[in-house]
Amino acid sequence: MIKFSIWRWWAIVTKEFIQMRRDRMSFAMMVGVPLMQLVLFGFAINSDPKRLPTIVLAADPSVFSRTLIQALTNSGYFQIVKVVHHETEIEHWLALGQAQFALTIPIDFSRQLVRGERPALLLEADATDPAATSNALGTLNVLIPTVFDRDLVGPLQHLRSKPAAVELRVHRRYNPDGISQYNIVPGLMGVVLTMTMVMITALAITRERERGTMENLLATPARPLEVMIGKIMPYILIGYVQVTLILIVAHFFFKVPMLGSLGLLYGIALIFIAANLAIGITFSTIAKNQLQAMQMAFFFFLPSILLSGFMFPFRGMPAWAQQIGEVLPLTHFSRLVRGILLKGNGWEESLPELWPIVIFMVIVIILGMLRYRETLD
Amino acid sequence: MSNLVISVHGLSKFFGKRCVVNQFALQVERGQIYGFLGPNGSGKTTTIRMLCGLLTPDAGEGQCLGYNILTQSEEIKRQVGYMTQKFTLYEDLTIRENLDFVARIYGMSKRRQRVTDSLQQLGLMERAHQLAGALSGGWKQRLALAACLLHEPQLLLLDEPTAGVDPKARRDFWGQIHQLSVQGITTLVSTHYMDEAERCHRLAYIAYGNLLVDGTVSEVINHSNLIVWSVKGDKLWQLQQQLTPLPGIEQVVPFGNVLHINGHQAELLQHSLAPWQADNRYEWQRSQPTLEDVFISLMQQSQDNSI
Repeated sequence: MIKFSIWRWWAIVTKEFIQMRRDRMSFAMMVGVPLMQLVLFGFAINSDPKRLPTIVLAADPSVFSRTLIQALTNSGYFQIVKVVHHETEIEHWLALGQAQFALTIPIDFSRQLVRGERPALLLEADATDPAATSNALGTLNVLIPTVFDRDLVGPLQHLRSKPAAVELRVHRRYNPDGISQYNIVPGLMGVVLTMTMVMITALAITRERERGTMENLLATPARPLEVMIGKIMPYILIGYVQVTLILIVAHFFFKVPMLGSLGLLYGIALIFIAANLAIGITFSTIAKNQLQAMQMAFFFFLPSILLSGFMFPFRGMPAWAQQIGEVLPLTHFSRLVRGILLKGNGWEESLPELWPIVIFMVIVIILGMLRYRETLD
Repeated sequence: MSNLVISVHGLSKFFGKRCVVNQFALQVERGQIYGFLGPNGSGKTTTIRMLCGLLTPDAGEGQCLGYNILTQSEEIKRQVGYMTQKFTLYEDLTIRENLDFVARIYGMSKRRQRVTDSLQQLGLMERAHQLAGALSGGWKQRLALAACLLHEPQLLLLDEPTAGVDPKARRDFWGQIHQLSVQGITTLVSTHYMDEAERCHRLAYIAYGNLLVDGTVSEVINHSNLIVWSVKGDKLWQLQQQLTPLPGIEQVVPFGNVLHINGHQAELLQHSLAPWQADNRYEWQRSQPTLEDVFISLMQQSQDNSI
């Protein structure tokens, strides 16, 4: 016996819009939060750090040393900040964290090299943050075998490294230059939506109860369903404003490729927004006041941002963490957005990531409805 | 259709294991102003909420405006004006927007006209664009009443409508309620003020979920069988302390320069008071119990019962 009156629903929608317009602070947050996060994450986060401070102890000043140092600098990963003369200095610089790498070229390096004795080079790295060093070290493995080829001429030619029996070709597809922004900016869309949608709906409905206006509303002929849908309507719109804002910034500032259909993206965003609003409403039926609603929103937001693959590589997590991640809508939405924008995925490729969001939403709505019945009495 | 606007019996409501309303019965006739009294936490608000369909009773049945309170709460809501204890219009909407919202929710025709009429009646036409939160307590209460009258309800349920409102505004408010009563609109109003209770056609006193008495003001007073003596004289506070512990004396209450002493058992009371009545420093007089005397005595009894 669900009777839905468009007129009453519309009354609530207009009321919400007026209230939203009055609440300048929240309104500014809804637009400000995505912009701020875009600037912070988009410009600041770089998972492929370059120009890392490097010190060199060149005990053997020779043409080979100079070639090596030049090659390191040219790779883009290393920036020679100081040439030191003693091992204790290396210890000191690494301990202070002023150098990420310290390269030691031993005495007699060139002589041993020319004699074909395979001299050792020592590269010490401050590996406290593995992510910061791994790419630079990876480059070295490619660089070192061939770095001296140009210097090994004439009778030394036989010392050049020989080509491997197999040639490996790597295609870095979808993001050949490894630009972090291509990964982060689309991922931010889901993060921003999760944060604002869950929090704002949880707050909006809890506020109505806290102030007692919900009691007034329920004493009128307005049905709970009309109240709920009426209240979330404006936030769906806000969600779309945020999506559009992020897409514009992604396109014009970060030059993120947009290969897939934007229509599909907007359609999927609606489902994702609805899932988050459902969580917000369910939280609001449990929370007793706005502070609790806020805390619950954060309780949901933190695992979302940490386990969804936005911050850290999803496949790097242990199985149990991946399983939690698979439940969260943000995980699937991030994959969907990246898939559509970077890979040009269509409806068929998107479907496997879409239904987990739908299932999540349906379960949350059922939970919310059960809780809502109880709180009426 | 019978002349009874509210007719319920056996209404009970439990919050967990606690019985908040116990076997409540009430009959209210069309056009009556029915006062609802009782200490804090006595179940007044819960009863009102059950009558307008906000809460489902755990037991009992009845009708409100001819509709079954268990199954037809939607129809009831459409014809009831419910005013909550706290100001529960939207403080961040203007006065006009608040009224407009209510009118839309009830799906009223000629909405703008009715809102404008209501604003004019209120005398808030010039301030229609002020935020409702900026109004003073008295104006908020008038606005809340106007909002719940907007859809022309047949029954008003007012939950402590005049708490924290100044005497002039309260008098105006009651004037309006009586006018509505003449037009045939029934009012059920809960209050803590005795002067307001005396303005009601009938009263019900509930304490801790139980209906203790109901009737007209004089019926309630006569029914109480309370004997009241008032005494004037010097150092009444001393007398009050000496009298309070004596048998048969249930209450000793100062009213300005007068002390009210009351009890139910005439002989015991007489026996306890005799030595003081012989004292010529004091001037004794039998008086009519006031509503307050009756209610406080009811409250003490009900507390004794509940332990």
